[in-house]
Amino acid sequence: MKNVIFAGVGGQGVILAGKILMQVAMDAGYDVKESEVHGMAQRGGSVDCHVRYSDRVYSPLIPLQSADFIVSLEMLEAMRKMDYLAPNGWLIVNLEKVDPAPVRTGAMRYPPDLQEWLSRNVESTLFVDTAGILKHVGTRKALNIVMLGVLSNYLEFDESQWEAAIKSLVKEKFAEMNMKAFKMGRDYRIPA
Amino acid sequence: MEKKVLLGNEAIARGAYEAGCHVATAYPGTPSTEILETIGRDYRSIKAQWSPNEKVALEVAAGASIAGARALAAMKHVGLNVAADPLFTFSYTGVNGGLVIVNADDPSAWSSQNEQDNRHLARAAKVPMIEPSSPQECKDFTRLAFDLSEEYDRPVIVRITTRVAHSQGIVELSEKSEVAVKPFVRNPQKFVMLPAHARPRHVFIEEQMRKLKDYSDASPLNRIEWGSRTRGIITDSVAYQYVKETCPEDSVLKIGMVWPMPDDLIRQFAAGVEKLFVVEELDPFIEDWVKMLGIRCVGKDIIPLCFELTPDIVGQALNGTNRKGAYPRYETNPIPPRPPALCAGCPHGYVFQVLARLDLNVNGDIGCYTLAALPPYSAMHTQGCMGAGIGMHLGMEKAHGPDIARRSVAVIGDSTFVHSGITPLIDLVYNKGTGTVIIMDNRSTAMTGHQDHPATGKTLTGEETHELDLAMLARAVGVKRVVTADPKDTAEFERIVREEVAAPEPSVIISNRRCILLK
Repeated sequence: MKNVIFAGVGGQGVILAGKILMQVAMDAGYDVKESEVHGMAQRGGSVDCHVRYSDRVYSPLIPLQSADFIVSLEMLEAMRKMDYLAPNGWLIVNLEKVDPAPVRTGAMRYPPDLQEWLSRNVESTLFVDTAGILKHVGTRKALNIVMLGVLSNYLEFDESQWEAAIKSLVKEKFAEMNMKAFKMGRDYRIPA
Repeated sequence: MEKKVLLGNEAIARGAYEAGCHVATAYPGTPSTEILETIGRDYRSIKAQWSPNEKVALEVAAGASIAGARALAAMKHVGLNVAADPLFTFSYTGVNGGLVIVNADDPSAWSSQNEQDNRHLARAAKVPMIEPSSPQECKDFTRLAFDLSEEYDRPVIVRITTRVAHSQGIVELSEKSEVAVKPFVRNPQKFVMLPAHARPRHVFIEEQMRKLKDYSDASPLNRIEWGSRTRGIITDSVAYQYVKETCPEDSVLKIGMVWPMPDDLIRQFAAGVEKLFVVEELDPFIEDWVKMLGIRCVGKDIIPLCFELTPDIVGQALNGTNRKGAYPRYETNPIPPRPPALCAGCPHGYVFQVLARLDLNVNGDIGCYTLAALPPYSAMHTQGCMGAGIGMHLGMEKAHGPDIARRSVAVIGDSTFVHSGITPLIDLVYNKGTGTVIIMDNRSTAMTGHQDHPATGKTLTGEETHELDLAMLARAVGVKRVVTADPKDTAEFERIVREEVAAPEPSVIISNRRCILLK
């Protein structure tokens, strides 16, 4: 069983990222299930989706301490999902921060030391500096696809499988841009 | 046949399509909204519509059914409260073409005002209820529900929960059945519920429910999966998936038809295991029934009564596993929550800036704007259900006299006003209230993802239609002071609110500005 959690903020494309992974896994012959949070998400709340694939999947929810990967499109959102990360799981985190309402209003502050804390406490953490990549891609909307590209290095599917899934799920006019974003994510190496 | 990844709600839409459904209706409500959105988008052979509220939606579907069509009405759990009146009596009339009601409960109240368990409504209304636990079952069970409805002359409720509605999985598609619309045949003994007709119909439906009990015992909807006989678990809906995940060795009785309950199957299962458990979300609906059959079982003693279940909760209750995080906890600083909030530039935000500044009592309603009860606005003080704010506003005036109306308003969205705000506005005028009602017209049912409604002038499928004129409607029910204003000019809007609240007669302010997220 492979368990992947995508986390982020409403509008970042968390659910589409999950949907593409599901499609790839299904096309490769796996049973897949996913669970997502709708509803209040559009109002800027936290969004997540759980994706699971295996020969047979029952629960659409991933149990605690069982996620092989947590892909977080926002740093703070990664912190909320930590209890799900398996002991040898990978945390893949976009370095970008999106201030939640209590920070914007000045009632709380965005914890300044999250990156440092994660580096110290979670051995398998990969920070992704997406800002530069997105400048090359030409749109910030492809953040989810860049992160999916990074994740793809750790999974068994080859690039053509990903391409087929992406093309089946994004609008045709955005397909090329999304493939560029995906490849840049896939080629991402931590700056030395 | 083709396989597709579908959301539970999309699979229900597909099931209706495959069943040859002709008419589908709904009022939007999380977690049920995508059912009609999908039908309107992908299955154009079905006549699909948003109705002003769930009661009307069910009545339109019932009319279609009695006229001979296969019809579906979808709603969230509290929507079935609104539609309870037609439900309880169309239970008596029964159907002509199949009538399926999809009811979406919301354990954990992810986006609802309560977490009521609507399995009770099936029992109370004497209608069969079936419960899918996966997207594949969502499709298959919905399709089957139409056949059952016609065979047993009962409306059938398909009950899902948020987790079933909003989970995706692989669904094997099938061909659409071509079902003709039957003729409408006049039959007042069946379709006009005079007391003299209702009494024999009650006898008839009790007989139908008895037959359905036999069906429930024999149906593949309810099945025993024998494993170890040491422990047997009766479970339904998504809880089944958590049981299979956490207790793969145990024997399981999967309940797919939860009303009427399969008594013989339960007895057979209980006799075959050493210790019996019931794992279900919310109320002990199955557990109470099992105990009433005189069978000992363990349920809510170890399974929580409140909030949705997870594999961890089920695993802890049944196996004593107690997983926590594998990593140290970050405790250097508090982690700021990310509560949903009104968007930057939200028209409701301007209204609540003004109401907070004037420090008025605000009787609120259901919509994005309910978030104004929270900081930074903290400008909503009562809220209950769709349309309640206006009636409560009048009730406060009846309790304290007109003085309190000089310090209070009712606020309601455009879609919510059409859903349930018109009759209380009539009451406010009729019973000589003097309060001010602000209709916050953002041209959309925004909360559930921007559906159209009668006051937007567009139908579910995007066709132009008559646009309900809210100002004219308010005047027609007898409100003489009706003002329309853009709330973005907060100074002017404040002047208007002051003036209307001060006036000793009913008034309606239509705050007119499009939702910032609308294209």
